[in-house]
Amino acid sequence: MGRLLKFNIFRYNPQDPESTPHMESFVLEETDSMTLFIVLNRIREEQDPSLQFDFCCRAGICGSCGMVINGRPGLACHTKTKDLPEEITLLPLPVFQLVGDLSVDTGSWFRELYDTVESWIHTKKQFDPNAPEERMEDAVAESIYELDRCIECGCCVAACGTARMRPDFLGAAGINKVGRFLIDPRDERTEQDYYEIIGNDMGIFGCMGLLACEDVCPKHMPLQDQLGFLRRKMGITALKNFFRK
Amino acid sequence: MQTIYTDVLVVGAGLAGERAAIEAAQAGFSAICLSLVPSRRSHSSAAMGGMQAAMGNCAKGEGDCPDVHFSDTVKGSDWGCDQEVARMFADRAPIEMRQLAYWGVPWGRVVPGKGTYYKGGKLYDKEEKEENRGLINSRDFGGTAKWRTCYVSDGTGHSVLYAIDNVCAKLGVEVHDKTESISLIHDGVTCFGAVARCLRTGELRVYLAKATVIATGGFGRIYPGTTNAVICDGGGHITAINTGLVPMGNMEAVQFHPTGIVPTEILVTEGCRGDGGTLLDVNEERFMHIYEPEKQELASRDVVARWMTHHIREGKGVKSPYGDHLWLDIRHLGEKHITGKLREVYEICTSFLGVDPIRQLIPVRPTHHYSMGGVRTNKDGKAYGLGGLFSVGEAACWDMHGFNRLGGNSLAETVVAGGIVGKKIAEFLQGAEVTFNSAVIDAEVKKQQERIQNIISCKAGTENVFKVRAAMQDALFKGANIFRTEAGLTECVKTLQEVLERARKVGLKSNGMGVNPELSAALKIEGQVKMGLMLAYGALMRTESRGSHNREDFPARNDRDWLSRTLAYWKNESDTLPTLEYEPATPVFHIPPGDRGYGKSEIIKAESKG
Repeated sequence: MGRLLKFNIFRYNPQDPESTPHMESFVLEETDSMTLFIVLNRIREEQDPSLQFDFCCRAGICGSCGMVINGRPGLACHTKTKDLPEEITLLPLPVFQLVGDLSVDTGSWFRELYDTVESWIHTKKQFDPNAPEERMEDAVAESIYELDRCIECGCCVAACGTARMRPDFLGAAGINKVGRFLIDPRDERTEQDYYEIIGNDMGIFGCMGLLACEDVCPKHMPLQDQLGFLRRKMGITALKNFFRK
Repeated sequence: MQTIYTDVLVVGAGLAGERAAIEAAQAGFSAICLSLVPSRRSHSSAAMGGMQAAMGNCAKGEGDCPDVHFSDTVKGSDWGCDQEVARMFADRAPIEMRQLAYWGVPWGRVVPGKGTYYKGGKLYDKEEKEENRGLINSRDFGGTAKWRTCYVSDGTGHSVLYAIDNVCAKLGVEVHDKTESISLIHDGVTCFGAVARCLRTGELRVYLAKATVIATGGFGRIYPGTTNAVICDGGGHITAINTGLVPMGNMEAVQFHPTGIVPTEILVTEGCRGDGGTLLDVNEERFMHIYEPEKQELASRDVVARWMTHHIREGKGVKSPYGDHLWLDIRHLGEKHITGKLREVYEICTSFLGVDPIRQLIPVRPTHHYSMGGVRTNKDGKAYGLGGLFSVGEAACWDMHGFNRLGGNSLAETVVAGGIVGKKIAEFLQGAEVTFNSAVIDAEVKKQQERIQNIISCKAGTENVFKVRAAMQDALFKGANIFRTEAGLTECVKTLQEVLERARKVGLKSNGMGVNPELSAALKIEGQVKMGLMLAYGALMRTESRGSHNREDFPARNDRDWLSRTLAYWKNESDTLPTLEYEPATPVFHIPPGDRGYGKSEIIKAESKG
């Protein structure tokens, strides 16, 4: 027989006038290769069908299932119970608007971010369907992909000290996004353009350097390097602006 | 009731839906995409390997052109596809790849010079030309004559979806995420939009549109084990089926992917075998070269999945607590390749299996993966049976895949078809005027409100939705799997009819308030069982073997009687079986039915006497 696991889960349904925020415990027997994806679905199907949580790909690719697992933001789908103690506490990600129980609204947060950082290629060129593609060195493509891998799960934002205090802070995910376009030769924006987006407390200068983002990132993105790189770059741009005046 | 108007309503915000929305937006029309999840979490993001397009830039792709791509696609489909559609697709694919590059996709690029590659476990040399430096590169995939699959590491779907979603953000295409379409609004002739349930509050909303597009992806979740995401539950198909007017095409054409991992059924990409990985049995010996001397591990998916299952039946599987499986071996590709070009595979193996694929074998077996069938449309993406309704991507049966699709062809289809159909939608919208009838809208809203109320109050019964769903999944797994027989399918249909009765009596255990997940499941269950019946009954009636549809009692491909596409309708709500009709597989033959060159099987020729 497997271990008996006790799950303390945050419960609150804002749409139910009788519901109040509270913790509720569920007990399940551990099975081989058990993940929190299996656990939460079993609780829903066997014990409480109203339990809200978000999963999609259940393969660590889509970023839907970020939650706070024993005090640490992470993806529930690839968290194995064998790596956890017998008592497991699950909370929704902070910073994001709560939908109910473990489900939060990351979609609206990130959609706003795309507009703020204008997360698309800025170019004056028109696409010519009859022309061959513009050439790019494979190493450049790989370095863009390295930053493009972010799955927008929100774990870095939930773990961020600044994001907890400043609702307009872009978070590591947002700053990384700027870095992704900054190194893309197809984007014609200048460093000054990027400075206007992140050269402030909402962006790179709001970061306190606590770097929990790097610790919790489930995709192991080079967030610390990105923050350092962009801070230097934007710092230099700020100095240039200062002397230009 | 909140009512929102838009020129184009796209149900689904994955690659196909958003790509179509971009065409409409660029033509000056307003577009809203509804999505169960934030758009970038759509299942397109999980597609790893790549997109097939005849770029012909890399050494092993030299001489490639849309004609060869077209020919591979038709053979792959086992002559079940619409050849006019497959031709449009192959011609357009390279342009679409270049446009994606323009939009920011960091495609893998050609690096000139000498290099090596693996095939069937052996090492070969190749040399990339200096003149092709920096052009879009391709990797090898199954069932193709050339290396044709454009890729971004093994995160192609992710990167392309992010690029396309960025274009949507730029153009002002709205995405209403956490919103679920639960029924189409129509007057029997024209579709006016949809009734949707907000998955933030549980409230209903009305979306009115001149054109409505179903782009909700596949419906793999009607099976118990599938590589599909949990949102691939057929929600979009169900709204079309429930009109009674719109047929589903070829629902019996279901793809099983050779390399789902055991357990958890997560996919590892065909790129593993494309890049030289091999399949091993219990003795850690290769076997595909025995069955398929020519294509070996890289025959089409239906063929590889069939031989794997056959090999397991011969007692050559590896025993495990989760049933028999085989091994995928990519160890010889080396650490650099695995943590670079197969990075997602590396992460999946280490985090879900505790297997290090650089040093260890990966347990795999054929797993439900893709739905060739879906909402039947014409070549413009216009759905049969209802004006103003379109469908695109995996949700649709457009039908370039016939009875088996090639790896890399579906991810390419999303953007290629999205572009083609999106353009047709924009043309349709030019000068199209619609008169919305408020009585029709109000009646549909009332019908949905009552349906929800009845489920919450257990008016028809107290059947547990999760148990009913498990019964449906179990029946399909047993009866409509890789190998099919008359006895198995008859039993499957009978069981599903019983499950349908139970599905009609589902009532909630919880209070149904707000974004209640039990209610979400309950609203779909009857429709899902109807889809299961379309699949199983279509498979029972189709007395031949074609592509992924393997009848052990009818092993020959029968071009004399079955060079056709099944159209399944659910004509009356109270019916207990779908109504099946048939149409010719293709209006034109650029390539007449013949031998595929792999997966040898008996063929009953079209001209032979009955």
